[in-house]
Amino acid sequence: MKHETIPGATSAAVRSRLSAEGTEPVKSPYLQIQNVWKTFGEFAALKGISLSIQEGEFVCFLGPSGCGKTTLLRAVAGLDLQTRGTIHQGGRDISVLPPSQRDYGIVFQSYALFPNLTIEKNVAFGLENTRRSKAEIAQRVAELLDLVGLASQARKYPAQLSGGQQQRIALARAMAISPGLLLLDEPLSALDAKVRVHLRHEIKNLQRKLGVTTIMVTHDQEEALAMADRIVVMNHGVIEQVGTPTEVYREPASLFVADFIGETNQFPAKVLSGGKVALTGTELACAPHGCATGTPVTAVIRPVDVIPHGDGARSPGAPDVVATRENLIEVDVREMEFLGGFWRTRLASPRFGDGLLVADFSINAVRRLDIAEGSAMSVELPRDRVLVFPERAA
Amino acid sequence: MTAATLEIPRGRALRTRVSGDDLVKRGLMVVISLYLLVALAAPLYVLLSKSVSTYEFDLTAFELQRSDESATTWSEPTTVATLNEEVGGVITPDQLNTGSDGRLSLTALYPDFSFRSPVMYRIRGTSDDAAYLVGSELHRGTEWLELDSNSFRRVVIRPSASLGLDNFVAYFSTPALAQSIANSVLMGVISTVLVISIAFGLAYALNRSCMPFKGFFRLVTTIPILVPSLLPGIALVYLFGNQGLLKGLMMGHSIYGPIGIVIGSVFFTLPHALLIISTALSVADQRHYEAAQSLRSSPWRTFWTVTVPGARYGIISAAFVVFTLVITDFGLPKVIGGQYNVLAVDIYKQVIGQQNFEMGAVVAVLLLVPAVAAFFVDSAIRKRQVALLSARSVPYQPKPDRGFDTACFVYCSAVALFILMMIGVCQFAATVKFWPYDLTPSLNNFRFDLMDGGGWGAYYNSIVMALLTAVFGTIIVFVGAYMVEKTDGFAAGRTLFQFLAMLPMAVPGMVLGLSYIFFFNDPANPFNAIYGTMAILVVSTVTHFYTVSHLTALTALNQMDREFEPVAASLKQPFHRLFFRVTVPVSLPAILDISIYLFVNAMTTVSAVVFLYSTQTQLASVAVLNMDDAGDIAPAAAMGMMIFYTNVAARLLHGLVSRLLLKRSQAWRQR
Repeated sequence: MKHETIPGATSAAVRSRLSAEGTEPVKSPYLQIQNVWKTFGEFAALKGISLSIQEGEFVCFLGPSGCGKTTLLRAVAGLDLQTRGTIHQGGRDISVLPPSQRDYGIVFQSYALFPNLTIEKNVAFGLENTRRSKAEIAQRVAELLDLVGLASQARKYPAQLSGGQQQRIALARAMAISPGLLLLDEPLSALDAKVRVHLRHEIKNLQRKLGVTTIMVTHDQEEALAMADRIVVMNHGVIEQVGTPTEVYREPASLFVADFIGETNQFPAKVLSGGKVALTGTELACAPHGCATGTPVTAVIRPVDVIPHGDGARSPGAPDVVATRENLIEVDVREMEFLGGFWRTRLASPRFGDGLLVADFSINAVRRLDIAEGSAMSVELPRDRVLVFPERAA
Repeated sequence: MTAATLEIPRGRALRTRVSGDDLVKRGLMVVISLYLLVALAAPLYVLLSKSVSTYEFDLTAFELQRSDESATTWSEPTTVATLNEEVGGVITPDQLNTGSDGRLSLTALYPDFSFRSPVMYRIRGTSDDAAYLVGSELHRGTEWLELDSNSFRRVVIRPSASLGLDNFVAYFSTPALAQSIANSVLMGVISTVLVISIAFGLAYALNRSCMPFKGFFRLVTTIPILVPSLLPGIALVYLFGNQGLLKGLMMGHSIYGPIGIVIGSVFFTLPHALLIISTALSVADQRHYEAAQSLRSSPWRTFWTVTVPGARYGIISAAFVVFTLVITDFGLPKVIGGQYNVLAVDIYKQVIGQQNFEMGAVVAVLLLVPAVAAFFVDSAIRKRQVALLSARSVPYQPKPDRGFDTACFVYCSAVALFILMMIGVCQFAATVKFWPYDLTPSLNNFRFDLMDGGGWGAYYNSIVMALLTAVFGTIIVFVGAYMVEKTDGFAAGRTLFQFLAMLPMAVPGMVLGLSYIFFFNDPANPFNAIYGTMAILVVSTVTHFYTVSHLTALTALNQMDREFEPVAASLKQPFHRLFFRVTVPVSLPAILDISIYLFVNAMTTVSAVVFLYSTQTQLASVAVLNMDDAGDIAPAAAMGMMIFYTNVAARLLHGLVSRLLLKRSQAWRQR
């Protein structure tokens, strides 16, 4: 089965291949995008994008609107040709081929089902004209409808189906011609929250089962984290980071990635020698970084990474957390907000200046440590979770 | 990886390898663009250049020599201008201004000229452009040509062409012609104010009251679209003319003139204004009215602060449409205008009556001005109107109000009565022996073959023309709109195409017809062969009504998912399969709307085709005009009614087919 070759575990290797350009990859990638540019007049929507995707991989292009993710997908599909650069698919140069001569199936946010054709006919659309017999086509259509669990709806028209069902039909139609590449352009954005969660699970399973190389464009980080083998984070037409979901979350390569995926506290700081940074009122030990001593930086810590320790002097830390006595800060709890799964707190300390530290505490911790609005406590900012990024040039 | 360090590699932008599909698409677009260029842009260009071309005999451009009777000694070469001065100006300055066909004989320069004389003449131009004819033989250039007296008699010089506004100056300095502008504008303004008021009342009653018989009123108010604009003129002649039924109501005024033009204009422009204002009123938001009510605003205040502002774009748009229709219409003032000259009739008189094509072109250009202005105002308004509609609006639901509903009903009945009376009078006059003296029923007036104007042949020609227009027009329009809406790349071509497709809206029919004469009647034009055939009538009609059809098709295509084409391409299906299996079936209602629109208008149109029909291709609508001109008013009314019956039948058929299709397609339309 193809999907077992998905480099879930080997993604680090894939990543190192990407970062060290020029070294011969172990296995030649299925899709290779090289130095792709797309300009609209003076505006560059894609600026020298290079990316390799392995066979069977599920890759998400993630980024805010206008970052170029859809433009890149449409370049791969041949719908909006890139201005410069080459794209190879399965060893074939497809850079300037029209869509009809490429090998992919595509699913759009709007489903784009043909309204006047039945579900059956929609799925069969790509199979006609291909020297297949009627019986063969019927069998393939039945197979595909089975696959997406909608065999009973074959004779209905698209308008009679729910949004989620329509999207599954669109998927079946795209897969009918057994394409080498599946392109999903924000396929879940038009659906409501529950259906979306259900369908993203289903799409992921289907992709595993078929082992088809898949690119999905999304602006929803949760979707990307849940579905992708690798995430390509894009901003302003460049790739900010390529990595597994855990990598982009835990080791963001830039302030933008840290900010875009997950929540952050950000403090202006200056690099000190000996693995420390100076905030306005305090010094913090931090994770390794490449910034020279004295450079102005932004120190980042995620709300979930803040460890609560109760009222510093009197009560002990949580039993499961070993307090390192490093980066330990006395704070006043200013505000608490109950968000269902956890508490979001805003913590004040002279050491942060006027800023507040946002921290997410489990319900359990809040109860155990008796955290309440107005109370005092101490929190730890673990050294390896304090990320440092150079100030961005304006 | 920051943007600053990146530099786009040098070289040319990549281009998609062109697929077979793309070639077919581009080919189709080129064909349809060429159609619009040949059928619209080129004729208009020729028309414009005609209007600024002036032709003048340049007497200094020719030199003459004359021998004595022995044909041995010759006079000094003298320019025609000098000779003319010497003989006291026999060629007057008036004679120098001429048209493109102007010819001037030179024998008058020699008072003693005799074609039997043995005296010889020499002529040459002073420049290479100077042209003259000997008989029908064209000569050009500075070579001397020697001729005997008999041949010199047949020498005529040709005028030199120059660009300038002389034609316009000449037009404006002719009081009778310049008066037409004032007349046209006056008629336009009065009719517009009247029509907008009446149509607003109607639209208000139809959308905001709970009166009964709304469907009936809607139906009756569309009747004027189904008849040529000549018919209300004829009806007015019967009602208020010299033998008119209600002549007493005129209190001594004549219906022939401004009064007739205004009443007739109200009749034939009412449906257009009603449609636009009704649309504007029907998009009202219930919540605005609830807000007004909760603020205890009086109904009168609510009307002026909510209703009218909400519909103002519709009203302005309708006003421009009506104004343009009135001043560019030719049929009505021709029938009922009497001695009251208007621009549209002037073109007809200049061209058909006096064969003065340059002056006709000048009037045509003048007619273009308000039409083009209206076009731009209208498109600007359309852009602003979009903001008024929001998906969250709650449609307005009128509540029954006895007094108000009764008032609305009475008002609508009055308007309906007016429309039905106009049609009824024509119907009656057509089917009696001799109005108003012998009212025994008779079909004598339908024996068209006994009258001038083309007889029944004209009627059949009209049906053929309308069918051809509907079929070919729909195909051209829909394919053209598809290419604009659904092709990638080729952006410059598509923009040009879109512009050309919008242009006919701003070109009055008379102007289009005249430009066709200039363009297609030129023997040097390779399309000259279609002049005088059915083809040119179909082409002109399709072009004349192109814009509205194009917009209808565009709207239908716009509602279709933009991703159909990419999906079909990714499934490796050629575009024509998608086109015929999905695009056309889904757009079928719009396609039917386009074809019925083209058919009905082809049946009723007069303005463009009146310049273009030949003896073999006379049309019913033109026959109405010609029979009326010849005094056969009852047969003219009868022919007008034939057009009406045909259009009603076509409408019924269209309704039936649409309903059937809708029933069949209901399955996939219903949610």
